[in-house]
Amino acid sequence: MTATISPSTADAASDDRKPARPRPSTPRRRQKVTAGGVASSTFLWLYAAISIAPLLLMLSNSLRTTQDMAKHPLGLPLPPNFTSYQKAWITASFDTYFFNSIFVTVASVLLSTAVSLLAAYAFSRTKSKLFTTLEGLFLSGLMLPVYLAILPLFFMLDAAGLISNLGGLILVYGALGIPFSTFVLASFFRQLPLELDEAARLDGAGPFATFWRVHLPLVRPAIATVVVFRFVPVWNDFFYPLILIRDQKSYTLPVGITRFFGEYQTDWATLFAGLTLATIPLVVLFLLATKQIVSGLTAGMSK
Amino acid sequence: MSATTMTSVPRRRGNTGIALTRRAGMVFVLPALILFGVFIAYPLLTALSYSFFGWTGIVRGDFVGLENYLTLFTKLPYSEDIPNAFVHNVLLFVGAMLFQNTVGLGLATLLHRVRRFKRFFQTMYTLPYLVSPLVIGYLWSLMLSPLFGPVNAVLRTIGLGDVAQPWLGNPQTAIWVVVFVTAWQWIGFPVLLYGAALGGIPEEIEEAASLDGASAWQRFRSITLPMLVPAIGTVSVLTFIGAMEAFPIPYALGGSQGNPAGATDVLSLLFYRTAFESGSSNAIGTSSAIATLLFLFIFGISMLITWLMRRAERKLF
Repeated sequence: MTATISPSTADAASDDRKPARPRPSTPRRRQKVTAGGVASSTFLWLYAAISIAPLLLMLSNSLRTTQDMAKHPLGLPLPPNFTSYQKAWITASFDTYFFNSIFVTVASVLLSTAVSLLAAYAFSRTKSKLFTTLEGLFLSGLMLPVYLAILPLFFMLDAAGLISNLGGLILVYGALGIPFSTFVLASFFRQLPLELDEAARLDGAGPFATFWRVHLPLVRPAIATVVVFRFVPVWNDFFYPLILIRDQKSYTLPVGITRFFGEYQTDWATLFAGLTLATIPLVVLFLLATKQIVSGLTAGMSK
Repeated sequence: MSATTMTSVPRRRGNTGIALTRRAGMVFVLPALILFGVFIAYPLLTALSYSFFGWTGIVRGDFVGLENYLTLFTKLPYSEDIPNAFVHNVLLFVGAMLFQNTVGLGLATLLHRVRRFKRFFQTMYTLPYLVSPLVIGYLWSLMLSPLFGPVNAVLRTIGLGDVAQPWLGNPQTAIWVVVFVTAWQWIGFPVLLYGAALGGIPEEIEEAASLDGASAWQRFRSITLPMLVPAIGTVSVLTFIGAMEAFPIPYALGGSQGNPAGATDVLSLLFYRTAFESGSSNAIGTSSAIATLLFLFIFGISMLITWLMRRAERKLF
């Protein structure tokens, strides 16, 4: 697009029916207070409340005692009581689950991002049928219900001694991240001109040096999207650890929670504290990286 | 070979899209290919083959053809559990689609016009979508608890005490709780996706239609909606896949048995139960047959939806 156009020239440009007109600066009617406007903002606020109230309730109840909740189901945490966190963290081994989850998530996202970067670069810089087929194979993983292959995966990991092993889980999640990561990264690499590669080659750089020094710094925004966006499903996943992790010491948070719900059934305060602990990292991530999450969610639209 | 390379060198200017030799490319792809092959492709192909064998525990027996599939449709409990679970998956899909394409589309359309607090609203709507579905399921199970649950407490406070009930204990209401919680959690995705699609519609079109005297509804019906078809297609496919794969929310709300009395059972739970909790000696054969059918169904219908949407797009433009 052409460089920024000031509002006055933008109007002139639109008279000339020029296609490139910066959208945000289009002069719009002032917002008037109308019945429709009031109804629509009521709806927006109302749904925001419906959407967020359960999560706020979770936080608020985690700061109350179980007796208090039984007496006043809708009470507020005044004064806040943090003992349930202590109980969840130490007595209910949430510390173990939490660090297992962190370790598995970080390691598997790094693994899938690293291998996908290499593969995506190759897909964007080659044009033979072999590579098109391989890329199609990877992308098919976006649609296929691959979790249904859990039985052979279980036997394979069992034979390799990787059941109840966080390393096994990391490898599985690393593989599961490839379809999405390759998809997003390859579409980014494709936007970089081939002249970059030629210039690097003329300067004597080999393929890997070209990738590492020239392309990697340029696709940083895409890497951020992939890393942040893969973090969410891996952190939240429940199915794989439920089956592949049999030893309580290696539980990740979601499996830990199911066990904990069986044991602490009536201890509501601790249950709410446990749920809140499992949610906090995601909320923090979302507030810090809203942009990456949104672009990850809407990545499917680009194609 | 050398001749073709010679001729293709000057043509490089025309941007052939090639900067890597085949061998170098292979080296770059190899790590991902190994990981994908070992942990996704190989288990997937093997899983399909499992369903054609008889099993005794973890020992593979003879090739039995379609016998495992026949078992699913003729022998109890499968012949009752499968239709029961399937109906629940369909309800999940229909419920989530209705919710997303009415409330979700409505929110996205209103949000598109809003200037103030736009980011705030987006964040509020998207947060539940990012939280673990298992946490969401357990959270709602606590909220809907019959005695001390805040939902019933609210109903009693506003004078609807008669409506208050053990939502998850009643087989009539339990599945609707699963449908509602799922739809409630997923709404952030269509709001964002429809929002992005609405942002891509040139304002000039609506302005022109508006000048020609089209009403707000006519503009929505004949301009906005057709332009949203690709986004609606994406949402439909992903909602379908999500509804058919539903596992953590039903697990948290009804346990692996789909309590009460199978009222919240879904196909993935049935697969999980058959494979890991049934104790039947042919658990692997039967559960692999369930997995294969589910696999083919999810894949087939997603392809069909994609194809229908493509056709709809072609008709429109």
